[in-house]
Amino acid sequence: MKKWLFWFSAIVVLAAMQAGVRDVIGPYYFQILILVGINIILAVSLNLINGVTGQFSIGHAGFYAVGAYTSASLVYYGQTSIRAAISFLPHMAQDVVLLLLGLLAGAIAAGIAGLAVGIPSLRLRGDYLAIVTLGFGEIIRVLILNIDAIGASRGFSGIPLLSNFFWVYFFVLVTVVVVHNLVDSSYGRAFISIRDDEIAAEAMGIDTTRFKVMAFVISSMFAGIAGGLFGHFEMNLHPNSFLFTTSFYLIIMIVVGGLGSIEGAILGAILVTVVLEAFRGFGPFRLVNFAVLLVLIMLYRPQGLAGNWRLFRKAGAR
Amino acid sequence: MNTFLQQVINGISQGSAYALIALGYTMVYGVLRLINFAHSDVYMFGAFMGYYLANNRWVQSRLGTSPASAIVIMLGAMILSAGLGILIERFAYRPNRSASPFTLAFWFGILGAAAGQLIGQSFATLVAGAGIGILIGVVIEKAGLRPVKQDSRLGLLIIAIGVSLFLENGGQQVFGADPKFFPEIIPTTLMNFGSLKVDSQKLIVLGVAVVLMVLLNLLVHYTKTGKAMRAVSHNLDAAKLMGINTDRIIAVTFAVGSALAGAGGILVALLYPRIDPLMGVTPGLKAFVAAVLGGIGNITGAMIGGLILGLAEVMAVGYGESTYRDAIAFIILVLILLLKPDGIMGKGSTEKV
Repeated sequence: MKKWLFWFSAIVVLAAMQAGVRDVIGPYYFQILILVGINIILAVSLNLINGVTGQFSIGHAGFYAVGAYTSASLVYYGQTSIRAAISFLPHMAQDVVLLLLGLLAGAIAAGIAGLAVGIPSLRLRGDYLAIVTLGFGEIIRVLILNIDAIGASRGFSGIPLLSNFFWVYFFVLVTVVVVHNLVDSSYGRAFISIRDDEIAAEAMGIDTTRFKVMAFVISSMFAGIAGGLFGHFEMNLHPNSFLFTTSFYLIIMIVVGGLGSIEGAILGAILVTVVLEAFRGFGPFRLVNFAVLLVLIMLYRPQGLAGNWRLFRKAGAR
Repeated sequence: MNTFLQQVINGISQGSAYALIALGYTMVYGVLRLINFAHSDVYMFGAFMGYYLANNRWVQSRLGTSPASAIVIMLGAMILSAGLGILIERFAYRPNRSASPFTLAFWFGILGAAAGQLIGQSFATLVAGAGIGILIGVVIEKAGLRPVKQDSRLGLLIIAIGVSLFLENGGQQVFGADPKFFPEIIPTTLMNFGSLKVDSQKLIVLGVAVVLMVLLNLLVHYTKTGKAMRAVSHNLDAAKLMGINTDRIIAVTFAVGSALAGAGGILVALLYPRIDPLMGVTPGLKAFVAAVLGGIGNITGAMIGGLILGLAEVMAVGYGESTYRDAIAFIILVLILLLKPDGIMGKGSTEKV
């Protein structure tokens, strides 16, 4: 009953905001708001693998790209036939079906990519895993650069505008709730035990490889959803949006916020996105200042800005 | 057959440049267990220092384009790169391990300099800004704000990423974002070996790289410092207990690795004269792949890894799809890690509980 009430009120609030938010804050801040939402999905999902399960992946941008391109190409090439099949629906409902189909395809494709990357590479530990995921991320990008049907190095343009404030923040909620509940479940306990001590976890009978791959696939699927939302908002995609620097920024978000906590990931995603925009006032020194700030945060507050602060008391993550 | 040999030579000279950069990665990984992402930017820095030295009036008027000038440029760039390496280690990585005063002052000085430059657009305001920044930093430090010691390697990795971002974007401000063309400090001649035509630059690159690697091997295996470096990379805490000044040895390691990267920067600039502040990113990643390929932490491995990577890349471009060039390194990386995670020369390690 309470759950039902939560989702109902969330949908009402989001729909009400959807109607007015763009006109109230103007297109520039609206753009940032959407970007913040997408980054929250990415950061919270990356946190599941890096923070909760303790497996250091720096290839998240690759799964983000798989989701973005799959979702965009499904809608771009399948639009006419899907619309014909559901022509009995009003146009707006058709858009919703298209978007949800696209996101589903993006999530599945990214999940499969995550499975394909995860099964072989999750036997590796620490830095080796980091560098393999980085490598896979780059391979995915180079593959995209060589597929002509999705624009190759020209970029993929002409993607219909389907996602909006409502859908982005609806999926932010879905991601946060799912990851939060997952961390609180027995699966989550297994993830955390792997992070805390892999050998002890194994000795306790936890199939570490299985749980690591599971965390990896779930994390990739959310990245795929974020990619789909991004593509259908921006209306064009370019491989340069998915460079390994994108993965670095995501890592920075979760570490600056406080590794392992959902609140930290959300806080980090908001802070990094907003600070990077706010620093535009520094003109050419924007990223110089950002980099120095990052180094200082890591030197003087390595536990992240959120530290041990918790919003959701029950959350099991450290 | 001839084109094949030609490709082999191209691959070896390209690979020896990768190997020089890979050495720095592997040495730093050996002592700190850290993937030093900033290393690729030291390589960029080396190329730019070479560029400025070669265009320096004093160097030009005194030495002209003689072999001596090439050597001066090379050594100068190596020393400056070593200095940058030491600075990075001192102000970004060391505060994680041991007390390092003036850390905050250093970074605040940089922020102040950027602010001064932004406000006044002149050298005077830049210096004033740096001064104010340093002052504030010192005051805050005296008030008791100290870096938090941590043994999280993830934190260190983020710092490395931060330093790399800093150098790339700082480089765009200081050197300019537009590409520059590295002067031909050694005149190119085409040499004939039978029917085989070889560009003299490629042989020079190979020769210099080999000399540097031999020197490195001598340093690591036949000097006291080298012995200490090996001890630190074997076990940092035990080395400290044995009376080795580990902070000094780590600084030396950074200096040597950075000097090699600086030399690599100039050598690559001889082959491909276009240099820009982001030039380090891709070769840096590939050199890291080379280091992993050979077995990270292993100096001989880094050399072999670099050569294999250079050859594989040149062959792939020569006989296959050149658009996949950048993926080759990573495909090799993924394969090697899945088949033999410790690399070609790496010693397998078993985890003890």
